[in-house]
Amino acid sequence: MTNESHSNTRIWFGELTTRNSLRRRGLLHISPGLFWILMFLTIPALALIALSFATRGGYGEIEWVFTFENYTRLAGYGMFGWSPDYLVILARSLWVAFVTTTICIGLAFPLAFFIAKKPKHTRYIWLTLVIIPFWTNLVIRTYAWQLVLSPDLPIAKFAAALGFIPAGSPLYPSSFAVYLGMISAFLPFVVLPLYSSVEKLDWSLVEAAYDLYSNKRRIFMQAILPQTLPGLSVGAILTFVPAMGMFLIPDFLGGAKYMLVGNLIQQQFGKSRDWPFGAAVSLALMALTLIGLFLFRRKGDKIEVV
Amino acid sequence: MRQRKPFLIPFFAIGTLMFLYMPLLAVASFSVNNSRFGLTWQGFTWKWYLELFRNEQILEAVGNTLLLSGVSTVIATVLGTALAIGLSRFPWGRKTAAFFEFNLYMPVITPEIVFAGALVIAFASLRYISSAFEPGMLNMIIGHVTFQVAFVALVVRSRLAAFNNEIEEASRDLYADNWYTLRKVILPMLTPGIVSGAMLAFTLSLDDFIISFFTAGPTSVTLPLYIFAEVHRGITPKIHALSTVGLLLTIILVVASEKISNNLNGKENEDA
Repeated sequence: MTNESHSNTRIWFGELTTRNSLRRRGLLHISPGLFWILMFLTIPALALIALSFATRGGYGEIEWVFTFENYTRLAGYGMFGWSPDYLVILARSLWVAFVTTTICIGLAFPLAFFIAKKPKHTRYIWLTLVIIPFWTNLVIRTYAWQLVLSPDLPIAKFAAALGFIPAGSPLYPSSFAVYLGMISAFLPFVVLPLYSSVEKLDWSLVEAAYDLYSNKRRIFMQAILPQTLPGLSVGAILTFVPAMGMFLIPDFLGGAKYMLVGNLIQQQFGKSRDWPFGAAVSLALMALTLIGLFLFRRKGDKIEVV
Repeated sequence: MRQRKPFLIPFFAIGTLMFLYMPLLAVASFSVNNSRFGLTWQGFTWKWYLELFRNEQILEAVGNTLLLSGVSTVIATVLGTALAIGLSRFPWGRKTAAFFEFNLYMPVITPEIVFAGALVIAFASLRYISSAFEPGMLNMIIGHVTFQVAFVALVVRSRLAAFNNEIEEASRDLYADNWYTLRKVILPMLTPGIVSGAMLAFTLSLDDFIISFFTAGPTSVTLPLYIFAEVHRGITPKIHALSTVGLLLTIILVVASEKISNNLNGKENEDA
């Protein structure tokens, strides 16, 4: 594709040109987009870091006094001694995101195999059935769970009959409702990439395993699972990252007792007007997310969007 | 036949699909329920739908949503396509490429709320030095474009990677200049990628709640923001109708876009 003939001239996609000219043309292509991203993403992200070491003034204004106070406050050290409230919120968010991702993967496998086994012309219909909820607005879908869990409907009545909740009350706000909302929100994010892996599956390996008298567990673990890992890791990332910062679902379905870190950040930038603390919490969330991603990551993986 | 007929997989698969559709069906059925309070069945009615078309706030929210998604998708598609071509078609040093890559992937691996917080700070600083950038449509468009660009660029780039370079080389061999090659060779071959990137950007924008929530002003309420506020005010039946309309529009959009991308891909296969 490229041939370097002289020090500065080169053949590039069939064109004799110079390195400098290529650089110039390349910059012409990328500079508008890069400027936009630098201006509204990279620099704001750096500002977020800087702000997390500043202080909130008496009226919600920012005082540029360098301090670690936001971070010690997040760790629980305040005026009245130590309390684990914020750490509990962080740990809970990590746990909810982890459980959501795991359950989504567990539910996505049968669905992906089910669709992949269908004849080609009907696969398109089944895939569309998965994509429709995926494209439906999240605010609508989350609110819809409030409806499903409302006291007049069978699920809440059943739970009341079993004695989990008092009769005539809804099943939300509760951790159960948050999990339901989360799983239904992110399930398509796992099904779609997983399906594209399953579709390409080499079944001869599975047959070979059968011929060699492998049991089912071993066939799944050693002949199927490794082949689906690319789709699986994309799905896990697409679920885990937004689940970590989710603020709408706990707001609608979780209530004050089941606050996640997204709600905490929203509070700081909204009602409390404590931007420095909000920035510190955001960075903590970012750090936790990166750690989580690192665990999901496999060597050589690239993020691909369907 | 060594394999038993797997009945467990269809059972779980259908169950999972039902789980996904249960809330949507609930919303749709309550949208025709003739009861202002509570959710017990009181008979069939269309009146909540009629109320939608008389409600000016809702119509305004629909207008805002379409304006926001439309404008930001156009900008993001242009910027993202140029970025994708620039990044994969020109030689960059390893370090420069890593820097671009990092900036490009940031929105994908950042929880949206972190990004929203950063935007709040950015707009506040810009407001401080320029007296523009009040919360409102301009800020919303900027915020949406910023997260859309990355996704458009990713989609277009994966399309570019699967490209037949020889056609491009042939074009140059026949003395087409760069601009002509870009217009007549690269862009037409990229069209399916650009269209699906733009559709992804558009849906991301339609669906977005968090960025809009943080950047909206009082005059730029979009549909998700309106529904959010209404739900906090307490259940009203017209929200069911509104949600159902949204659901139907989604179905139309999904089916239409499948048709479009099928057509584009089909045409291209004939060419090859």
